[in-house]
Amino acid sequence: MSPGGEASLVPREQPSTYYGRPVVKPPVWKPEIPFYFFSGGLAGASAVLAAAATFAGRRQLARRAWAGAFAGVAVSPTLLIKDLGKPSRFFNMLRVFKVTSPMNLGAWLLAANGGATMLAAALNARDGERRGGAPEIAAAALGAPLATYTAVLISNSAIPAWSEARWQLPFVFAASAGASAAGAALLTVEPGEAAPARALGASAVFVEQAATLLMHRRLGDLSSAYEEGAAGRYGKASRALSLAAAGLLAAGRRELPPRAARTLGAAAGALLLTGSVCKRWSVFKAGFRSAEDPLQTVRPQRERIGRRGGGA
Amino acid sequence: MSDRVGFFTDTSVCIGCKACEVACKEWNEVPADPQGFSGASYDNSGELGADRWRHVAFIEQKLPVGVEGGAPDSWVREAAKQSLVEQGVAAQSDEEGFRWLMSSDVCKHCTDAGCLDACPTGSIFRTEFGTVVVQEDICNGCGYCVVACPFGVLDQREEDGRVWKCTLCYDRLKDDMEPACAQACPTDSIQFGELDELRERAAERVEVLHRRGHDEARLYGESEDDGVGGFGAFFLLLDEPETYRLPPDPVAPTRRAGAAWAAAGAAGAALLAGVAASFLGARS
Repeated sequence: MSPGGEASLVPREQPSTYYGRPVVKPPVWKPEIPFYFFSGGLAGASAVLAAAATFAGRRQLARRAWAGAFAGVAVSPTLLIKDLGKPSRFFNMLRVFKVTSPMNLGAWLLAANGGATMLAAALNARDGERRGGAPEIAAAALGAPLATYTAVLISNSAIPAWSEARWQLPFVFAASAGASAAGAALLTVEPGEAAPARALGASAVFVEQAATLLMHRRLGDLSSAYEEGAAGRYGKASRALSLAAAGLLAAGRRELPPRAARTLGAAAGALLLTGSVCKRWSVFKAGFRSAEDPLQTVRPQRERIGRRGGGA
Repeated sequence: MSDRVGFFTDTSVCIGCKACEVACKEWNEVPADPQGFSGASYDNSGELGADRWRHVAFIEQKLPVGVEGGAPDSWVREAAKQSLVEQGVAAQSDEEGFRWLMSSDVCKHCTDAGCLDACPTGSIFRTEFGTVVVQEDICNGCGYCVVACPFGVLDQREEDGRVWKCTLCYDRLKDDMEPACAQACPTDSIQFGELDELRERAAERVEVLHRRGHDEARLYGESEDDGVGGFGAFFLLLDEPETYRLPPDPVAPTRRAGAAWAAAGAAGAALLAGVAASFLGARS
């Protein structure tokens, strides 16, 4: 018997569905979007790292992190525009300022952070002794929300695996962004100058794993969307890559010959970056899987009705 | 809004003729979309989407035999005998306890519309009639409204990249005409009118059905206390909403945005603190 085939005269053990078909629509977003989650996170967190390095007088780290932030804000709009059904109308996003739309706020945030980051990156490239100022502060202050708003963007939806994770997803995204910024710095900075990036990478991996664990626990049955299929594969890959990076960072705490230290740092950086990409893909794919399953939509709503103690 | 208009879709008199689907396509010049044998009863058009703004669902139900106590079973049989003859209720069962449910689904034109809130361009707007419409010359095809709708109504049209949905025949409303689907409906299952009046009419209809023994009749989306502030297009159903592929407790995503932003703010602050801490720890 099809799932929709029973009448409601006896209480159902499990909610009925319409021939097992989805209630909500899956996203129409293309691969540019998870890559944008990554590049936007890289840009935002790199701006924070770069600003801190500028103020701390760590010149090499500052210059390279500004370059990373610059790359992130340069790539991000391209990805976003390419994903649109009507790319020529990208600027329609900026014809209004709309607080109810995380995507609209995000477009403004990206534009504002992009401006500040480009200015700060240019000033730091020109002046090797620069100690930091308003552009750095602005880029960092806008960089942190740039790294986390994409979690609001997807949790502000009818996709159960996203919307029910609205408390945890921003922490997962912030940590993943921090890991990618640390990774980019580790790839490009001399080991002697990279101590803050190593510390950031290690703590980001820890927070990301903890936030992911908490998210799965809070999601209950819905967490299967993150554990099965493509989302599950990306999730496992991300965890393996991030934990391997953390292992390398721990190994790098000992005194090592410069060459070995450089190789180790670069390897940890590459692992952190790919781990962050995989994390975004895992979350992205989980949305599709969750939308596909009508029970993921209906069951939490039924439970809500049950908690209120009412009928439909 | 006092003159807000909408639909009351009374599924108890829907006969599954699909005149609404056809009339909608004809009037709004909605492109053809793939059809075929779906294996899901007489449903050959699938779902609401960019190229289908009315969709008729067909549900075939065989009531469970030997229900404990027997009362529900006998009541259905009793009701079935009376239904077509006396009450003009089409979506009913035969004496074997088999019943048809048919329902014409449509955009709900929510009071708190997730799609409208999410739209980053202002393309989706609320009209002077209280309906929710996509301006196709503004839509940039970002697809955010597609995931923001709790009912899965909107979708992107592949060949043109933009998002399309029911306009509640905005052009006809401006000329004081009722929407094409309502005009075409031969049993008045789709009723168009001022929302307040429709709600009164619907409450009366439920009362009549209850009096005649159809205790399963219930309204869906008529209450302003629900998660989307009430529908502009609401329904009378004869089973749980999810049986018709309707979410039982839809909530506009915007209503939870505060929590999401609070978490994002805290996570952003944690990122700033984490970076600062990594410099303090590395000072040596």
